Amino acid sequence: MRPATAIVAVVLAAFVLAACGEREQVAEGKRTYQGKRDTKSWDNEPLDYALNHGSKWSKGDEAGWEQQIKQRQLTQNEYQRIGR
Amino acid sequence: MARMKFLCDSERCIECNGCVTACKNENEVPWGVNRRRVVTLNDGVVGAEKSISVACMHCSDAPCMAVCPVDCFYRTDDGVVLHDKDLCIGCGYCFYACPFGAPQFPQAGAFGLRGKMDKCTFCAGGPEPDRSEAEFQKYGRNRLAEGKLPACAEMCSTKALLGGDGDVIADIYRERVTRRGRGAEVWGWGTAYGPAPKQGATK
Repeated sequence: MRPATAIVAVVLAAFVLAACGEREQVAEGKRTYQGKRDTKSWDNEPLDYALNHGSKWSKGDEAGWEQQIKQRQLTQNEYQRIGR
Repeated sequence: MARMKFLCDSERCIECNGCVTACKNENEVPWGVNRRRVVTLNDGVVGAEKSISVACMHCSDAPCMAVCPVDCFYRTDDGVVLHDKDLCIGCGYCFYACPFGAPQFPQAGAFGLRGKMDKCTFCAGGPEPDRSEAEFQKYGRNRLAEGKLPACAEMCSTKALLGGDGDVIADIYRERVTRRGRGAEVWGWGTAYGPAPKQGATK
């Protein structure tokens, strides 16, 4: 085989086999949110309604907000509401 | 830190569609978009009929987030999966990826043109100032910022639909199953939040 033919064959083979490579198709772990930043749920003053119904959280008080949410969740348990 | 989840008790759901109505009303969801819907299996078969209220489950490893080409999804500190409508291009990839069919697309013009994706926000609004008019117009009401739970769960008449921190609602459900002695299967939890940890597993 002449050198020129061999070079052409190698280049052609490299070009054709390039499609056989397997690239990562999943972007898991590399995704980053591109949108606007959201505020935290507890970074708000409670409404007057909440304050009038025994709520004790204040703006920025994460633990207080979680306690308020937990109280609210427990009302979904009717066994606690009607007694055992 | 709370990890917000939904749990639907198929033993209790009576297909009243109260959750659907509550969601529509609370968030003023437009015609043609259903953030929540009730699915009935074996409809009309005596003893085998089950109904389930379905919406975005705010998955632990959300497939919508993985496939979005413009990365408009984010997860809040309390585990709610939300998205920025200003970035969404309405491509529909998230709809195909979601195992619950949660993403909805309003018709935005002639020839079936799709608008920006809309889905359940766990009544947590979106990336606009909390409780603002802009947030309400784009995403609906932000009840979490008011110290409340999603309207669908709080309005459920039979308390079939529970919403809130996964640990708390699992405890409520566990007590319920113990009392009635049946119906321990929780629809969709394995898909949304992964398999339950094995008993006795270390770490």
